Amino acid sequence: MYINDVPPLDMADDSLFEFLHMEIVSHVYKEHESRGDNDKERGTCVSLLELMGFRVGQGLIERFTKDTPSFKDELDVMKFVCKDFWTNIFRKQIDNLRTNHQGTYVLQDNRFTLLTPLSSGKQYLEEAPKYLAFSCGLLRGALSNLGLESVVTAEVSLMPACKFQVVVQKI
Amino acid sequence: MSRQSNRTSDSKKMNSELFTLTYGALVTQLCKDYENDEEVNKQLDKMGYNIGVRLIEDFLARSSVGRCHDFRETADVIAKVAFKMYLGVTPSVTNWSPAGDEFSLILESNPLVDFVELPDNHNNLVYSSLLCGVLRGSLEMVQMAVDVRFAQDTLRGDNVTEIRMKFIKRIEENLPAGDE
Repeated sequence: MYINDVPPLDMADDSLFEFLHMEIVSHVYKEHESRGDNDKERGTCVSLLELMGFRVGQGLIERFTKDTPSFKDELDVMKFVCKDFWTNIFRKQIDNLRTNHQGTYVLQDNRFTLLTPLSSGKQYLEEAPKYLAFSCGLLRGALSNLGLESVVTAEVSLMPACKFQVVVQKI
Repeated sequence: MSRQSNRTSDSKKMNSELFTLTYGALVTQLCKDYENDEEVNKQLDKMGYNIGVRLIEDFLARSSVGRCHDFRETADVIAKVAFKMYLGVTPSVTNWSPAGDEFSLILESNPLVDFVELPDNHNNLVYSSLLCGVLRGSLEMVQMAVDVRFAQDTLRGDNVTEIRMKFIKRIEENLPAGDE
């Protein structure tokens, strides 16, 4: 049943990241709570998380694509990110990719790993953006190192499904 | 099934890189937020503690390890099961105190510090402090109060990474500690 006698136990390091991510979000918000509670501060928290994700995304994609041949076009890059990159980080592919062929892409994940521990349905919906900021950054960082500057936002209407919107910036 | 074998090792590698890179980003951010290394160490330890108190459930669910009868058994489970499961490395358990209440975990390689170098102005930073908190928090949830510290750190020039764990006391069953 197992490949090379490697039991599922060995895949548990995924959960370490999930625990770390949760704690980072919690820490960032606790820190900024003590410095004043207003929209500006909350915006700062999201930016901070996004920026952390951005740096991590850049680093990850660099190592991941060391031996990959170059991509044909923008769509090729997006497909790679949706399949290979997403699978390697979140253990599943993006479920649906839509584009207007003019630089806007919507990546739909019906069971986003970082949201599944929170709820399914509408519970904690307002909290979801906190748990998506890092991943938006991750995506933006990966794309950046693949040559695509973009703006990445996320939207949730029913947990744990979410949509990442990528708008590629034309230089 | 067999085609997945490369995928398995690749995705395992990717996931551990995701963790180590994220941890690096966290330490970097904390160094910006706090004035001195001691404060960063404290924050990392606190965060580790918060992770540990939750991680223990995950660990027990995945490993189906039974209750440990003594500190030696605990040490073995930590080294051979927990570290292996979460960090993919198996530290050796050595340097037992005569009373059997203190031991060292020796890591030849510390996965947290892949790609990491400490800059000169952070001599007091104990980069992997999160681990101390994780160990402390998870053991507290199984009724053991322990003291955990780094005795040696490859990032600070030592040959190996040595984590020293000391048993303080058994905790009576009561309400779990809140988040710090």
